[in-house]
Formats: sequence, C-alpha cells, structure tokens
Amino acid sequence: MAVIEENPGYKWVGTRPIRPDGLEKITGKAQFGADSILPGMLYGSVVRSPHAHARILSIDMSVAKSMPGVKAVITSADFPDLALNGGSAGDIDMSNNVMARAKVLYEGHVVAAVAANTREQAKAAADAVIVNYEVLPHVLTVDEAMADNAPLLHDGMYTKGIDPKPEKPSNVASRVVHERGDLDKGFAEADLVIEREYTTKPVHQGYIEPHAAVADANSDGRAHIWCSSQGHFQMRAHTATVLGVSPGTIKVTAAEIGGGFGGKTVVYLEPLAVRLSQRAGRPVKLVMDRDEVFRASGPTSGTRIKVKMGVTNEGQLTAADVWMGYEAGAFSGSPVGAAGMTVIACYDIPNFFVEGFDVVVNKPRVAAYRAPGAPMAAFAVETVMDELARGINIDPIDLRLQNAVVEGTQASYGPKFPRIGFVETLEAIKNHPQYTAELGPNQGRGVAAGFWFNAGMNSSATVHINENGTATVVVGSPDIGGSRQSMALMAAEELGISYENIKPVVADTETVGFNDVTGGSRVTLATGAAVVDACRVITADLRARAAKTWDVEIDDVEWVDGQAQHVDGSQPPLSLADLAGKSGRTGGPISATASLNARGVGAAFSTQLCDVEVDPETGITRVIRYVSAQDAGRAISPAYVEGQMQGGVAQGIGWALNEEYIHNSSGVMENASFLDYRIPVASDLPMIDTVIVEVPNPAHPYGVRGVGEVGIVPPMAAVANAISDAAGVRMKDLPMSPVKLLEALNEKGK
Amino acid sequence: MSRRHITATINGDEVDFLAEEGSSLLNALRDEVGLTGVKEGCGTGDCGSCSVLLNDYLTCACLVFAPEVEGGTIVTVEGLANGGELHPLQQCFLEGAALQCGICTPGFLMAAKALLDRNPNPTETEIRYALAGNLCRCTGYDKIVRAVQEAASQIREA
Repeated sequence: MAVIEENPGYKWVGTRPIRPDGLEKITGKAQFGADSILPGMLYGSVVRSPHAHARILSIDMSVAKSMPGVKAVITSADFPDLALNGGSAGDIDMSNNVMARAKVLYEGHVVAAVAANTREQAKAAADAVIVNYEVLPHVLTVDEAMADNAPLLHDGMYTKGIDPKPEKPSNVASRVVHERGDLDKGFAEADLVIEREYTTKPVHQGYIEPHAAVADANSDGRAHIWCSSQGHFQMRAHTATVLGVSPGTIKVTAAEIGGGFGGKTVVYLEPLAVRLSQRAGRPVKLVMDRDEVFRASGPTSGTRIKVKMGVTNEGQLTAADVWMGYEAGAFSGSPVGAAGMTVIACYDIPNFFVEGFDVVVNKPRVAAYRAPGAPMAAFAVETVMDELARGINIDPIDLRLQNAVVEGTQASYGPKFPRIGFVETLEAIKNHPQYTAELGPNQGRGVAAGFWFNAGMNSSATVHINENGTATVVVGSPDIGGSRQSMALMAAEELGISYENIKPVVADTETVGFNDVTGGSRVTLATGAAVVDACRVITADLRARAAKTWDVEIDDVEWVDGQAQHVDGSQPPLSLADLAGKSGRTGGPISATASLNARGVGAAFSTQLCDVEVDPETGITRVIRYVSAQDAGRAISPAYVEGQMQGGVAQGIGWALNEEYIHNSSGVMENASFLDYRIPVASDLPMIDTVIVEVPNPAHPYGVRGVGEVGIVPPMAAVANAISDAAGVRMKDLPMSPVKLLEALNEKGK
Repeated sequence: MSRRHITATINGDEVDFLAEEGSSLLNALRDEVGLTGVKEGCGTGDCGSCSVLLNDYLTCACLVFAPEVEGGTIVTVEGLANGGELHPLQQCFLEGAALQCGICTPGFLMAAKALLDRNPNPTETEIRYALAGNLCRCTGYDKIVRAVQEAASQIREA
C-alpha cells in the first residue's frame, strides 16, 4: 500500500476482519435472488422475439392458456400504455423494454409471459404461444444505424443536441460536445500528431447470478417482491411505473446479489412477476436462463471512436480531437455522455473538441457496466498516448505525469478538480519493481491510466444500540462486494466498540429510508456517510445521557474509546453497555437515523501496468504480470478494495482479449452462453498485484473516494500497449483475439 | 407427469426425494431437497456454480439427471463443514477475502475440495487449472487461488 497520508490512528478503519456476511456465503445459507421458495409458488417463463426487428401482428395465447398447470398468461395488453397516460419518454422506453408493444426491437425482446405449477409446464406453455411477426430490416452497428436511409427503430427520434432540430428522424438519439480552445492552433503547435480509429464490441457484465424475482401479489393491490438487484428502491419505483401503481403499494426485499457491475440497476422480470402473480392469485418465481441474460439484459455499448492528438517534442499535449459513436441498443441511453466527459479527463489539454453520438441499434438495450462509457474511450486515448510517447521518445509515464490533471486543474468536462491522486498513482507504477523488470522473448510491457467521477446521491441509515451495548446498523444499499464490512468498520470507529459487536443489515424498502442504487462506487462514500452521521447523533445522545447521570454539562463529557468520560476525570467512565443497559432511565432506547444527499464526491484515478507474452504461432496473448495502482482516498476495508481493483482488471482483460457479442446477419446473437462468450477463468490470469494509493477525499469523514469502477478503465489500453511492445503491431479493434492478432502479425510480416 | 422416487446419501444422510425423469440434479437438490447452496449460473456446465461431489467426483449438478444419482453419494457445500467446524477451505476463503458477491463460492469450495482431496500440495498452476471450470466475475481469482494455497498448507500441517 502506498500511504500518502498516514492513518490518523484509526482502530478499525483500514483493518481486515472477517466480513459480516461471510459465514452464510461459505456455508450455502445466503439467500440469493432465485433461492426464495414460497408456499403455492408458481414458475414463470417468458416468450421472447426470435427477430432483431419486427412488427407484432398478433399473439395467440389460446393453446398456452389451456395447457396443464397454466395459471396466467400476459402480454403488453396487461400493462398500461404509458404513451397514452402522459408517461415520460424514459418511462415509455422502460415499459416497452420490459414488454414489447407493437414492435420488437431486438432478438430476445419480451412479447409474453406465462405462469404454471411447474417450471416444465411453464416452459411448455411459453413454447405454445403463437406470435405472428412482420420482419423488418435491422441495423446492428453505429455505422449501419447512422447510414443514409438506414431502417429506423423509432419513427419519432429526432437527434437532440443539434441546432436547428433535424428535419428527419434518425437512429441518433443525441449528440454531446465538449470543447475548449482552438483546435487548429493546437495541432499547428504540435511536433507530432497521431490520428487513429478504433472499434469495440458490446460486452456483458457477466454476473454469475442470472436475474431472478419472486413476487407475491395480494388481492388488495399490494405486492411483495424478493429480487436480486443493485437497488431495491429503484426496483420498487420502476416496477410501480411499469404497472401504473403507487410505489407505496410494493414492498421489495433485497436478496443477496450475485454480481451486478451496473447490470442489475434495471428492471426486467419484476413487473412481469407481479402481474402474473396478480392474475394467478399465487406467488410467482421468474428466473432468466443464462441464454436470456445474454440476449436480453444489459451489455455495454459497442463503439466506433476516432482520436487525433498532438504533442510537442518536449512532451506537452497541445490538442485532442475525438469522435465517438456509442451503441445504445434498442432504446436511447448509451453511456456516451460519460464517455465524452471522461475521455481526456486525465490530462490538461489546452485545445480539444470531443463529440459523441448516442445511437440506437437492434440489440438489447445497454445497461451500466462499471465506469459506464469510460473504458472504451480510454482504450482509444490511452493507446494514442502510448504512440505519442514512443514517437517523441519519452517514457509513457513521464508523458502522462507532464500532462496530468492535479488539484486546481480545470477538468475537460467543466469543474476544477479538488484534491486528487492521479499523479500519485502514476508514481506508484513508475516506482514499482515490475516497471523495470526484465522482459523475455515475445514479451512486452504497457501502461495506461483511467479516470472515473464516482457518485454520491441519496442514502439513509439507521443505527440501533441494543440493550447490551452492541449495535445494529441498518442500511438500504444492497451489498455487492463487501460494503456491510465497510459500514461496520466505520460504525465501530465512531462508536468505539468492537467490530464484532456490530451487525450490519440490508433492510427492505419498508424498514429503512430511501437509498439510490448501489452504483457509481458510491456506497462506502454516501451510505457510509449516513452511517457515520447516525453514529454521531448517537454519541452526542450518549454524552447527554452521561451528563444527565453525572448532573454535569454535556460539554464536560467526551466520547472516547466507546465510553463517556468526564473531561477532568472526576467521574468513573460509563461504557456504551452501561448506558444502554440503563437507557430506560435516561430517555429510552438509543437509536438514530440519518438521511443525506452526499456531497463532496471524490474522483478516482487508476494507473496500470501490464506485461504480456504473445505467441507468434497462434496469436494468443497471455497476461503474465499485472499491477494496478488506484487512489482509494481511504481504504476502509483494504481487502475488499483490493478485490474491487483485481475484479475490474480481470473484467478489463476479458474485454481486451476475448469477450464480444457476435451477431449473425439476421441480428441473432450466436454466442449466448458462457462456453462461447468466454470470460477469463483462473488459468487465464496471473496474480494481480495492487497498490492502494491513499490521497484522502477532504469532503468525506474518513477520506473515502469510492473504488468500484475506475479499475476497469485502463486495462484494454494497457494490454494493447503491451502487445504493441511485444509484437510490434497496434491493435485497434477489440477484442484482440488470436485470429485478429495473427492477421496483424502476418500483415506486418509481408 | 409421474415422478420418480430417488434415494441417495446426501451430506452423510440417506435422503429420498421425488423428481421428474427429465429433472436435473441441480433442480432436484434445490427444489426438492432444499439445498439452495447449490447455485445455477448457466445450466449448461460452463460456470461451475452448481459443483457438487457425486461419488467423490467433481460434477456439475446441472449436467446430471436426478434419477442418475439413485444409490449414489453426494456432497454439497452444505455438507462441507463438520458440524460447527468449518472446513479449512471455508475458513481460508473467509480470512482471505476470497469472495465478493458469493454466488460462485459454493462451487469454488467444492472444486477446491476435489483438488485437495487428490493433490494436497498443488502448485499455483495446478490450482488455476483445477479451478478453470468455475467462473468468478468479482475477484479476478487472485484471492481465491491464495486461499486454496493457504488451505492446502493448513491441511498438510494438520
């Protein structure tokens, strides 16, 4: 760990105890989305479009309805048409993605659903639903969708962000621009200009747990949902919107979540399960197959990106010109906005023009994926940075150090950076022994950097002091990678009691205040701040109770090491257990709630170092060593900070070398399984070394920034730069599969 | 549809349950026997989340028909601990932070047990290949491999 600012004597923050939810997970007791079984529960099955783009002419459910065990069948006719009810464009899209209305827009788009006594009966009934389609021409890529006279997904889509408004509809939902300075002047000042074009394919978050929901609807209009998601309050809100009911009629219990990475912020099955349960009068379980997860839940965008950058011989970046087309899938909302904001955010460049397009195509609607939009943009810019460094013969880290954003730099996307730790991550890699370790034959080394904003948003927490002085910390943020441990560590630090005496709980939507999704690397920052606030209300209360007991002023009482102490030592200290045991005499039970909109979000930077070995016979690239340095602000729970860093790198390596959605000419996905969509396995990867850099976020009580996302931003460029170093070829299209690399090597050999 | 009566030794106990002819062992264990620690990640034998030991062999429960286990012996993650005493693998996974979301953990524990049962002193490479049938999307495998190394060391010293 690279300690930039010493830990100011924390007892619990920064330690590595066993996680509170660990025992349930290593014994098989933890209840995930598909593990709920209710009395009388039915199984659901979903009917999906086999076509990439088609008009629904008719749906005949008569055979399905009459089959053995079938209790309910639904189509879009069973949901309110939000377009007729004044729904927002976003809500209409969400509803139409949950259940297609009039047209299907991608292979896998839901057209109907059934519920039956057994899963086999449900599947048979789904297979018996007859849908007549008029197949329409489709578009699959940015290039196809933006071509003149391309088939349109949405007749009413006029590109936003263009003045005047376009005369004709298109597949371009919006255009975003960021600019500064004078591009021509900047390129004129450069001694070296590199211009390159890149493509990336849609990739899936690849969580191992498929989407799952169990719903139990009552005849009074209320419903209870158990589901695996990154935000049960969001599932409640979105389900209510699609069903056309008040959120207050729906209770959602958060199951343990088996991975999400952004992809479980979206509602897919929940509204279907509730409606089927209402129609059948029985609880209904819906679980996606892996095949359905790939075909119908959120990948992230395929992209085309053009980058032109200029640098002086002295290593000063002078200009950047960036064009980005991001696939949104079937409905607008690709992460091109974030891509435009992050693409050059690591560097202080005086002249730039960044233009991005949100483009709809006949593929599943994209969902957030770890630092959404940033990794593909970084792949492009960070490989151009490598070429610039080599072109002017300067160390690639030195080029980055020379142009790095620091505290006070005006970010490319607007605000001035507060205290940040980018330079420290660059230096951590430069000083790492691997940076100068010897390379063998066919081996190469690459570096790349990345930026992510991190998020704050809304969080609530409640802390209860039990009668023996232990504590229950109640939050509403689903724990996706160890956040319960972070909450307990911060509460232990605040209350001055042992971590083991704190039980953190993720409560349902009716027993804790509102929380936004677990996303944006925000939970340890924002929900953590709510826990800290609630604990501070409690320690103030405890001081007041001690003051009352001693008949002194509250200012004479301090809370130190889990006990109330008189400032002059004139009273025997009162421990939390003492005060809790007698709380009835000092005002009743001890409990506090805090709700907040987190401010002072701390930006995250990561610099990574990758060594590869390329087999010139097969084109196979093996990552042989890897180091990731990331500014965590403060690592509350270092073991799980390392885990986030390592997990992001592993996903990035998969994105770099193997992973891609493969569609055939009919728009049908051809590799919708973990056999054919190959995510990294243990034998593909080396140990992933981590350097936690700690430049505390001044706006958080413990200096937290958030660590979940930025780690996936640099890997594709780090791998590409290492391949270039090893094999002398510049790979510009992801994934850098053996076939593509072999072609490039053969081309080079000619 | 008629269901078959099946008897097997599951986690040390003789258990009987009913299952459809075409039901997978995975669905039978989860729905009929109540062992939901056996997870479904793919249903096609590609992710290893449903790994169990069937007659001492590491097996994806999704690839076996339930009637095939008649008279057999099955160990699932629920049978890994000895009463209240955790298996060294479980303890090392906990202490080494070798899980994040935890959905793949039962399968990894069973695959690692199958490895250590036959090879108590595996190299890092042997561990990585023995676990290559199990997918984890959270950890990058680093801490999993280290936890298995540590558990192997503890078992050898015990």
